[in-house]
Amino acid sequence: MTNDDARQLIRSVLRQVAPEADLDDVGAGETLQEALDLDSIDFLNFVVGLHEKTGLEIPERDYPKLSTVEGCVAYLTQAG
Amino acid sequence: MPSLGADMEFGTVSQWLVKAGDEVHRGDVVAVVETEKSTIEVEIFESGVIDELVVHEGEQVPVGAVLAHLTARAPAAVPGAPPGPPARPETRARPADTGQVPGAPAPGPPTVHSPVTRHLAERLGVDLATLSGSGPSGAVTRADVERAASRKTDKAPRPGQAGRGTSTVAAEGRHPAEPEVQPGSPASDRVRSSPLARRLAADLGVDLSALQGTGPGKSVIEHDVRLAAATAAPEATVAAPVPEAGAPAAEPEARAAATVAAATVAAAQDRQATMRRAIGALMARSKREIPHYYLSTTIDLSTAVSWLEQANLDRPVTSRLVLPVLMLKATARAVARVPEMNGFMIEDAFVPSEPVHVGVAISLRTGGVIAPAIHDADRLPLDELMAQLKDLVGRARAGVLRSSEMSDPTITVSNLGELGVEAVFGVIYPPQVALVGFGRVAEQPWAQGGMLGVRPCVTATLSADHRVSDGHRGGRFLSEIDRLLQEPEKL
Repeated sequence: MTNDDARQLIRSVLRQVAPEADLDDVGAGETLQEALDLDSIDFLNFVVGLHEKTGLEIPERDYPKLSTVEGCVAYLTQAG
Repeated sequence: MPSLGADMEFGTVSQWLVKAGDEVHRGDVVAVVETEKSTIEVEIFESGVIDELVVHEGEQVPVGAVLAHLTARAPAAVPGAPPGPPARPETRARPADTGQVPGAPAPGPPTVHSPVTRHLAERLGVDLATLSGSGPSGAVTRADVERAASRKTDKAPRPGQAGRGTSTVAAEGRHPAEPEVQPGSPASDRVRSSPLARRLAADLGVDLSALQGTGPGKSVIEHDVRLAAATAAPEATVAAPVPEAGAPAAEPEARAAATVAAATVAAAQDRQATMRRAIGALMARSKREIPHYYLSTTIDLSTAVSWLEQANLDRPVTSRLVLPVLMLKATARAVARVPEMNGFMIEDAFVPSEPVHVGVAISLRTGGVIAPAIHDADRLPLDELMAQLKDLVGRARAGVLRSSEMSDPTITVSNLGELGVEAVFGVIYPPQVALVGFGRVAEQPWAQGGMLGVRPCVTATLSADHRVSDGHRGGRFLSEIDRLLQEPEKL
């Protein structure tokens, strides 16, 4: 998966979880939870969305790696 | 028009999912209503046959207004046959919460056709003057028009509106218990969409039914509408030209974009203002009428946190639990033991509720807060509670909730801690009598047995109605929540 693919995927999952949220509002290094006002349920729905689109079994200990856009992109591109 | 939240005064029927002659069962979703906060799927409170839809699509009416007439006893349904005229109504049930007398005003003369009927007739090319109506007082109903249209084209009748699990749907080969309307299926021309998307679509002149939704359950969301509007930009400009003296030679696209932006901002501001007014009115009433008292306690969550981590290790990502679900369950169980916290204050008398329907405060990103209920939360296993919470949050975000969720929470839980505050001192939602708040879960120094340690803790607060309970009972309630959270495996 390329960086662009990963960003596209993150964008589409976020759109389902938080229709009002816009990925462009998230600054570099900012956490998704803070920038987009995601609560723990939203974040879980986000992780479930990533899992459903990629088939990745994302363990809970990896959640912190997914808290920024850059982290998500890195996680997804490394995983395949 | 049911009261879909204590702060609701008006609702707009945006869509009927049934028509006159349709058989309905208690709990079926029969209409979609827009409030200033959300889109609500209205479930019917009684089984029977729809006689007449009183309020037309697009009409705004106050809470308590009659939406439709229903004959409680269903005539013998002939499977596969088009809905026939309903039996002469003997008893006319009235919608819950109305102050209206059963057997309400007679419908207008048959020559006056409803806009829905006229619209349908026009679309199907049927001349209304040639029809004899089967509706109340001989009014021409949708079913009549559809029958005429099918005779005309010599084709099978157009399938009825696919209301969720209505019995007429069963005749079309779908199980009544089937929960989901298949978006875009021929049995339904209903397009699921978020309220924001619909407003935007109305503002921009975009036809929702022509769009492919990308939101939850393939619902049409804001993005889809914008995309469609952008594609149709030149037409949009013609339809709604923006006089811009400074830029007479502006590109059509740019002007269309300006139109889009202006319309969006105006719609959002309008909605926000209405919602703020509604919340303000309700909270002012709460502060005026309810003598609040507040209690707070700090709860050690180390057992709960480690139990949760362990439990989630064995779970696939789709069925993992989150801490708020434990707090929700503990609150629901505790309130079942302290009944003074659970119920409604109705005309200066407390009416305790046997079932525990926990309203979950969900903040909307567009501003405002909504607190739909999870029913019988004290009896749901954690997994089921988690699934319902996920579903509820998802639907609240997408703006599609059900009437039963909006009308009857018996107590509210607010979990503002996710925003990082230590404690929540909530304002009770009338007519409820208590609100439990959970702050941020954070590590704190914790002294126990002469030792100082660091543990994850949360501050739980209670706002309760002094007319119903005293601080002593309130304290007992919070202690019970604490006790239950120390045994997460039993929740």
